[in-house]
Amino acid sequence: MADIHSNFLGIKSPNPFWLSSGPPTDKKINVIRALEAGWGGVVWKTLGTQIKNVSSRYSSLHFNGRKIAGFNNIELISDRPLELNLLEIREVLRLFPDRAMVVSLMTDNNKESWHEVVKKTQDTGAHGIELNFSCPHGMVERSMGAAVGQDPEIARMVVEWVMEVAEIPVITKLTPNVHSVVPVGRAVVEAGSNGISLINTIQSVTGIDLDTLVPNPNVGGSSAFGGYCGPAVKPIALKFLTTLVQDEVTKSAPISGIGGITTWKDAVEFFLLGASNVQVCTAAMLNGFRIINDLCEGLGNWMDDKGYKTLDEIIGLSVPKMTKWEKLDINFHIVANINHDRCIHCGLCYITCEDTSHQSVEMEQSVPYNTYKIKEEECVGCNLCKIVCPINGCITMLERRKGDEYINWLEYQKRGLPLNDH
Amino acid sequence: MSIQSNRLSKEEYENNFSDIHPPFGFDETAVIEANRCFNCFDAPCTKLCPTTIDIPRFIRQIASGDIKGSARTIFSSNIMGTGCSKVCPVEKLCEGVCVYHFLKEKPVSIAKLQRFSTEKALREKWKLFDRKHGIGKKVAVVGAGPAGLSCAHALSMSGVDVTIFEKEKRPGGLMTYGIAGYKVTSGFCQDEIDYILSIGGIQIQLEKELENHFTLEQLRKNYDAVFLGIGLGMTRSLNIPGESLEGVIDAMTFIKQIRTLEHSQIAVGEKVAVIGMGMTAIDAATQAKRLGAREVTLVYRRSVREKPCTDTELKVALLDGCSILWLMSPKEILGENGKVKKLVCEKMILGEPDNSSRRAPVPMGETVTIDVDLIIKATGQVPYETLIRKSSVQDKDGKISINDMAMTTIPGIFAGGDAVSGGKEVVNAVQAGKNAAQAILAYLR
Ligand SMILES: Cc1cc2nc3c(=O)[nH]c(=O)nc-3n(C[C@H](O)[C@H](O)[C@H](O)COP(=O)(O)OP(=O)(O)OC[C@H]3O[C@@H](n4cnc5c(N)ncnc54)[C@H](O)[C@@H]3O)c2cc1C
Ligand SMILES: Cc1cc2nc3c(=O)[nH]c(=O)nc-3n(C[C@H](O)[C@H](O)[C@H](O)COP(=O)(O)O)c2cc1C
Repeated sequence: MADIHSNFLGIKSPNPFWLSSGPPTDKKINVIRALEAGWGGVVWKTLGTQIKNVSSRYSSLHFNGRKIAGFNNIELISDRPLELNLLEIREVLRLFPDRAMVVSLMTDNNKESWHEVVKKTQDTGAHGIELNFSCPHGMVERSMGAAVGQDPEIARMVVEWVMEVAEIPVITKLTPNVHSVVPVGRAVVEAGSNGISLINTIQSVTGIDLDTLVPNPNVGGSSAFGGYCGPAVKPIALKFLTTLVQDEVTKSAPISGIGGITTWKDAVEFFLLGASNVQVCTAAMLNGFRIINDLCEGLGNWMDDKGYKTLDEIIGLSVPKMTKWEKLDINFHIVANINHDRCIHCGLCYITCEDTSHQSVEMEQSVPYNTYKIKEEECVGCNLCKIVCPINGCITMLERRKGDEYINWLEYQKRGLPLNDH
Repeated sequence: MSIQSNRLSKEEYENNFSDIHPPFGFDETAVIEANRCFNCFDAPCTKLCPTTIDIPRFIRQIASGDIKGSARTIFSSNIMGTGCSKVCPVEKLCEGVCVYHFLKEKPVSIAKLQRFSTEKALREKWKLFDRKHGIGKKVAVVGAGPAGLSCAHALSMSGVDVTIFEKEKRPGGLMTYGIAGYKVTSGFCQDEIDYILSIGGIQIQLEKELENHFTLEQLRKNYDAVFLGIGLGMTRSLNIPGESLEGVIDAMTFIKQIRTLEHSQIAVGEKVAVIGMGMTAIDAATQAKRLGAREVTLVYRRSVREKPCTDTELKVALLDGCSILWLMSPKEILGENGKVKKLVCEKMILGEPDNSSRRAPVPMGETVTIDVDLIIKATGQVPYETLIRKSSVQDKDGKISINDMAMTTIPGIFAGGDAVSGGKEVVNAVQAGKNAAQAILAYLR
């Protein structure tokens, strides 16, 4: 069996799955249940300035009959007293010495406050600190959270304050509510942050109750923008992750990947794009801590199948495969092919191609089942038919190169090669 | 052995005649099922629906939460969409060709979903269609069965004033008097008809029989057009000795009792033989069993491969404990004191295909005799040949002949449903009524 032990900035855990800062790590009871269930570690719910929460905090995006494609919250950081949290952190550390204990922090924007809270946290014996520069609601209005993470200079300043007193690894958690995470990423790495984690939640409105006309979640007749997370945000998180791994400055900092991780496959994707470990919040909230079994076993089984022995071997493997658009090979050409033994005659390939792509599927009508064929010469290889086909392996894309030579757009243009004429 | 009523307790009757295909218990499960639908293009299910309901569309509307829109999609193709969701042999229609069969999985529960939307419409009396302003035309419809009602609704929607003449006490045709009690109840049929009539512009005259109370000639004079949707008559006679003994009954009479009397009032025998293997035979056999008959035997002259009922229907009869004598043809009924005692059957063997292109049964010259006290004849209804001939529209073996505009040989007289087809399903009758309405509107223009 593959070894899935993880070492992130020297913080060791039996597996690379940490619970990210949020309700699952809000207090001792939850954290003990999580660690008993097998989680590798936790990032304790953000501490600092004590706040007050509202009731009615979460909502979700429904999709095709599934109740939760995405999840949203207007919860703030910990609403419990700092001292109580610190006491509980000590207790958990004593009970589970082999698990990662990272504490998320956010406080007022002055040096003294940051020094104080960092020192108090270190005193508990915690293994690391995560700076919450990313909470998108509530705290922003008080110039905290994402307000810090959206401004490279403020972020740099706060990290510098923290590094003045930090004795344990510091991870900075970035907000995705920016055009690019690279400027802030560079600032915090240059200021000394040892690692980066991302993403926190994305500002959103999940929907509106069409009877009351109040957007969700409904807090006594009103709502506020909430942070979006869960399965729907994974693609965005993966993109931000990749940009940091590709950047000359930020690539030196190990990254803890967060955002929409629900199954081991999601986690593998984060590793392949350069995350050194991963954090999970929503999936645990929606299923309970028991999902750690699937995460660990699925990861281990996949690594065994592929012959990987340790996590280090897989981290970043797909990064070189992400290039810029203008470097893609224009001579690469694929066309769809329908395996008629697998076709269930649903016609989705036909109607989608006919209406919105290149009219490359031919329909022969009969009762009750039509037959569909690909017009190879029309097919641009967009993958749409393959994506809508309900049956795996029914539609496959066959390679039909336009030429042997690799030629990208820049070169293509330079040589004045012809564009489409229809 | 005797024929008697009141064989079971109240609970047993209730249980035996409860809904054979219960509806969704929760809206959520309907939505989950709706989301199983792949939303096929040019969908096989729609192609096999005689009324061409846009099934992927109405299912998508359930998935999206627009139940009203879903009901409108269904009703605009099939105004008896609720009834059809309960009585259609979907295993050989929409659900029979659902692409899930390619995946060796249960088809999308189209009928159950259709019932989900349309029953809600009935219950909440949604007004989904507006009647056009009167166009000053009057049409008479004879027969308030599915064909007549569907024709009347479509006409009225286009602004025609419709009068339906129905010979029975209640409208609905075989929906009300024929179809098995565990598929639809009389209460439901009345609700469905009330809903159809709520469009307005349709007047029903009950207990008014063509030829008995009025003639086709009179209708022609008083109306701009006439639609004949009179269905079929009684069961074909067996033409064997003993057929007039006490204890030989017509399936139509037997089934009508089930739909009009209390279950406890209906007499069945101890040992019942049902002759035939169509839908009516299956319904008669299963319902005889459900009324408390001890033994019920279906007697059919061909083999399982030629049977007119579907496998699903046959399974219902078998699960109810009915037994079957394949390749047996009734030869003689023996009686005692004027009452049925025994049924003598001739063993058959399959020969060359006949004009139904099924292999024809040929007597083997050997007989089998079974003890029975009740024989239910279910060998197919015969058309109202005499009535039709009197009306002097042309017919073929008693089935009214129509052209491709649903018109009989007399201009202005249209026909459809079982009276023309010789007996199909409710859904075919609904489509026939719809087609005729379109033809009548074109004729009136
Ligand atoms: C026992 C049985 C079970 C069946 N089960 C099913 C089933 O489960 N599913 C299914 O889809 N189909 C079933 N069918 C078939 C279905 O009932 C018919 O195909 C359908 O009802 C035909 O509709 P229609 O309007 O043409 O005729 P009918 O329903 O027969 O209606 C004809 C109407 O005309 C009236 N009428 C007749 N003569 C006159 C006259 N002279 N004057 C005035 N009115 C007259 C009749 O009283 C009747 O109301 C079943 C049929 C039978 C016999
Ligand atoms: C209800 C809720 C509360 C959260 N609170 C915090 C928090 O206090 N501090 C923090 O850094 N992130 C917080 N998050 C963000 C998560 O830690 C995580 O970054 C984000 O939800 C994306 O991961 P996921 O898709 O696995 O949930 C919270 C998320 C949720 C759903």
